[in-house]
Order: sequence, then structure tokens, then C-alpha cells
Amino acid sequence: MIAMTNAPIDYHALTESVRSSQSGAVVLFLGTVREMTEGRRTMALEYEGYPQMAEAKLAELESQARSRWPIDRVAIMHRLGHLELGDISVAIAVSCPHRKQAFEAGQFLIDELKVSVPIWKKENWDDGTTEWVHPN
Amino acid sequence: MLQVKLFAKAREVVGSPVAEVHWTDGQTVLQLKRVLVEKHPDLQPMISRLLVAVNNDYAADDAPIKTSDEVACFPPVSGG
Repeated sequence: MIAMTNAPIDYHALTESVRSSQSGAVVLFLGTVREMTEGRRTMALEYEGYPQMAEAKLAELESQARSRWPIDRVAIMHRLGHLELGDISVAIAVSCPHRKQAFEAGQFLIDELKVSVPIWKKENWDDGTTEWVHPN
Repeated sequence: MLQVKLFAKAREVVGSPVAEVHWTDGQTVLQLKRVLVEKHPDLQPMISRLLVAVNNDYAADDAPIKTSDEVACFPPVSGG
């Protein structure tokens, strides 16, 4: 399951959706809104996405991951819109027969998501300024 | 005319989620970047980092574009 949502992510339901008797390991990654970045204080983040392409890119990443690890089920959900400190921006759940595979596949999916999936975040700093995060 | 979806800072500096440019089928991604900057000079500072997607996939500078393609232009991604 791959989806973008404007609503809070139900990570319990997301995790349940990948559990099965075929898998001995389930790994869940949550990305959450952090307060401090290099000494600056974040008040909130705005996420913007290009949902159609984001879902296509995530499907590609899922199929790349499946070619490398014996994945049973995958669920990826990314939130868009206004997020407060501590809110969950992304959740990735992976089930595999064994834990090493599940950890590696989960790490691959979040690392690649950050590189290639068209979603952007805008910082709302505590001094009232805003700034798009656009890594080089 | 070619419709170009804009996102994040590119959308903000242009002031619209869509840019419309005169287009001849077969012109390339690089030409699109030049046309966009000509029409919206505020994009100039980010031109070297702008990415173009054609039909939901990243496209290289020499890739040709048709007016029937779904085209988007945006800065480097920062999701997660």
C-alpha cells in the first residue's frame, strides 16, 4: 500500500497491514517533525507533494526493494500539509521472513524516498521566517 | 501551449501552480528551463537546480517534450 494523506497517519493500522504468518519480522520507520536543526528552532513544517508522481516513484522503489530482499508486504504513507512538532510525516512498514532483511529494506526505502520522491518541506522557524528545504 | 506544473519554491516565486509557455513539439527539457526563466525571471537563481519531470519520471536536459505530455518543474526534493 502506497499513499499520500492530509490526515494524521495511523501507524498502528499501517503496521498491522503488513503483518502476516509468512513473516518473522516487521520493521516500522516513522519520520517525525524535529524541533532543533543546527541550532535553529522549528515551529512547524508545511509539506507539499506531487502525489501522482510521488506514488509512481514509491511504487518503483517498492519493486527495487522487492528485487533485493524477500519482502512479504510493504506499506508507505507520507503526510502532506501543515505538521506540528512531533507529528509523523512519513511511515514505512516492511515485513520479511527475517529481521536483517526487514531492517535493510526499510532503510533502503526511507533513504531513497528522501532522494527521489517529489515531496518538499518548508520550515517555519521560531523567528517568524519560512524557508523551503531544498538540498543541493 | 505547454502546461507546466510547478511545486514548492518554483510555484511560490512564479505565483501560480501552473506555468503556460509557447511550445513546439520536440523542444527539449533544457529549452523549457530557458523559456521558463525568460518568462519568470525570479526562477533564475534556482535554474541550475531545477528538475523537470515528464509523464511522472525525471527527464534529462536533452529529452524532448510534446504538448500532450504531463510536465512538471520543481527544485530538489526534501520529503521524509
